[in-house]
Amino acid sequence: MHLAELQAIADREQAARKPIRIRCCVAAGCLSSDGQAVLQQLGAAVEAAGLTAQVEVCGVGCMRLCSQGPLVQVDPGGALYAKVTPASAPAVVAAVAGAPADDAPAQLDPAQPFFARQWSIVLEHSGSIDPERIEASIAVGGYQALYHTLHELTPAEVIDAITRSGLRGRGGAGYPTGLKWATVAKSQGPDGRKFVVCNGDEGDPGAFMDRSVLESDPHRVLEGMAIAAYAVGASQGYAYVRGEYPLAIRRLELAIRQAKKLGLLGSQIFDSAFDFRVDIRIGAGAFVCGEETALIASIEGNRGTPRPRPPYPAECGLWGCPTLINNVETFANIAPIIRNGPEWFAGIGTAGSKGTKVFALAGNIANTGLVEVPMGTTLRTIVEELGGGVPGGGGVKAVQTGGPSGGCIPERLFDTPVDYESLVKVGSIMGSGGMIVMDGGTSMVEVARYFMEFCKDESCGKCVPCRVGTVQLHRLLSKIQAGVATEADLAQLRELCTLVKETSLCGLGQSAPNPVLSTLRYFPEEYAGLLRGEVGSEQ
Amino acid sequence: MTAQAAVKTQRASDHPSGDNRFKLLEATMKRHQYQPDALIEVLHKAQELFGFLSTDLLLLIAHRLRLPPSRVFGVATFYHIFSLAPLGEHTCVVCLGTACFVKGAATLLVALEHEAGVKAGETTADKRLSLLTARCLGACGIAPALVFDGVVAGHQSTDEALERVKGWLDHAPR
Repeated sequence: MHLAELQAIADREQAARKPIRIRCCVAAGCLSSDGQAVLQQLGAAVEAAGLTAQVEVCGVGCMRLCSQGPLVQVDPGGALYAKVTPASAPAVVAAVAGAPADDAPAQLDPAQPFFARQWSIVLEHSGSIDPERIEASIAVGGYQALYHTLHELTPAEVIDAITRSGLRGRGGAGYPTGLKWATVAKSQGPDGRKFVVCNGDEGDPGAFMDRSVLESDPHRVLEGMAIAAYAVGASQGYAYVRGEYPLAIRRLELAIRQAKKLGLLGSQIFDSAFDFRVDIRIGAGAFVCGEETALIASIEGNRGTPRPRPPYPAECGLWGCPTLINNVETFANIAPIIRNGPEWFAGIGTAGSKGTKVFALAGNIANTGLVEVPMGTTLRTIVEELGGGVPGGGGVKAVQTGGPSGGCIPERLFDTPVDYESLVKVGSIMGSGGMIVMDGGTSMVEVARYFMEFCKDESCGKCVPCRVGTVQLHRLLSKIQAGVATEADLAQLRELCTLVKETSLCGLGQSAPNPVLSTLRYFPEEYAGLLRGEVGSEQ
Repeated sequence: MTAQAAVKTQRASDHPSGDNRFKLLEATMKRHQYQPDALIEVLHKAQELFGFLSTDLLLLIAHRLRLPPSRVFGVATFYHIFSLAPLGEHTCVVCLGTACFVKGAATLLVALEHEAGVKAGETTADKRLSLLTARCLGACGIAPALVFDGVVAGHQSTDEALERVKGWLDHAPR
């Protein structure tokens, strides 16, 4: 495969495009609302109207506003239809043909803040290309960054570019990506092997960004992994994906097969000396496997229990070899950085957090779905402008970020900019990007108890503070919730939180008390109210 | 592969029961060259073929991958996806992710538990229905979400969910 061949595929793809294209979302959210049948009906209606020469219908990845799915958009013009059903699909085609029917599905304004305020890097092709065809990805520039990397950059130059871009890990902790790559590149394993692992074990309840990226633009992730492998000197990669995401697994498998067939993965990629293979490892439903040492144990076929660090996986990971582990979204950022240069990326965001972040906006909010915004955007902008506030106009009480490891941020702090440091300062974390909006009807004690129940069940059982501590914390929270707790219980709750936080082995235990601590900090009156015996949520 | 190992493979694929599923399982293990680190992949395949992981099946896998049975049992019980008991004819999975929780999934679960007469994670005595829970399906945009026999349904109300399950719990002869 040469650049010319890649260009030829792109040109063929462009030439085959028809003047009008109807895009229908076939990501998991819309598929659950009959998206596949809508796609079929659209195709049938185009055929019936004799428009096949001018109009094409294609299934695409996530169009972001999941709550209004299945979504259908028409190019050019961008008319966007919401909640399309198989029955109303022909009306969309009729409108395209210039004869709008009365029963056409509702149209959304594509210029509304939810879409207009977004800044797309990771999701730039999500919702516009067919995720099941590699040609569609190549037509929008896919694998060109890999070509450029292999032929024009040395591994050191790639690492330097990633370092200068200021990209930080999108899995939650925000470790500088360039630094991690440099460590792996420097490390020497026992037998010279190195590995690149893509962490797609998106376990935080309420987070679905990685799933959407894998379902909507899998080649972007593979390209990022290949560039990383070249930079650190690895020739084998693993994509570890949650078993709960069958569609993401299927599309990634397909993408790997297609890339192999075109010689974009495998041996001597782009006629260079670089070989890279990717295998998928399917997770089996353990939240702790998102922790990197537990994930390594799981890929090796063991129970997913973490081990103390150091040594870090960058020096001693899979089978004792240096291993680079990055999140799906981190890998999805790599190709644009190589394509547009590190300075371009570093120009977006805040001083300490560069680029954009994808959030999964859900809960009691009008616009549920994916949003990608520059780092430093305030929570208020995300929740009120993009999210459209609470449906029915009630007030927002808090947002929860970072899943079971994060915290609840009250409405009065909504002017906090979203970046790694600011979120830690207010007692939460960036996390992988789940953002759950809660209105006045949600009891914060119940939320804390919900997350503690999660951590109690998901604790791997290896270290005592987490295994026993989470059970005791859950017991105390249940007692408070039931209205039978005393001041002494509350004091013990606080004390135990600190203990579990400071003495647990891995991130799961260390961050498990965060939802309790943040609700204690911002909503002490709810705990106090329940101590006095006022059972139930505060309205 | 040595001649001896080849004979072994031959024997295993001709499982005495004549059950073709063992042949498919054997093929998966062979594809992974009987490497112990393929254990989780093999367990996924075994569950896909047999529906659940019986003790005999775990022992067979342990034997073929040359692993102690304790290790295989340890891994199979560690991960939530693996089930060591057979499921009912139908399954209903309630997503308990944060978004679904905020949208009332807990109430939905209580109603379903009441209707089926079993707790979450259990199967009805007549083996008609298994009521299960999931940590998060990643379908937060359409919360609360349920999975009926493998098909995700979003924006579920309690009435809608009960309606579906009632049909399955109907004790009339099929």
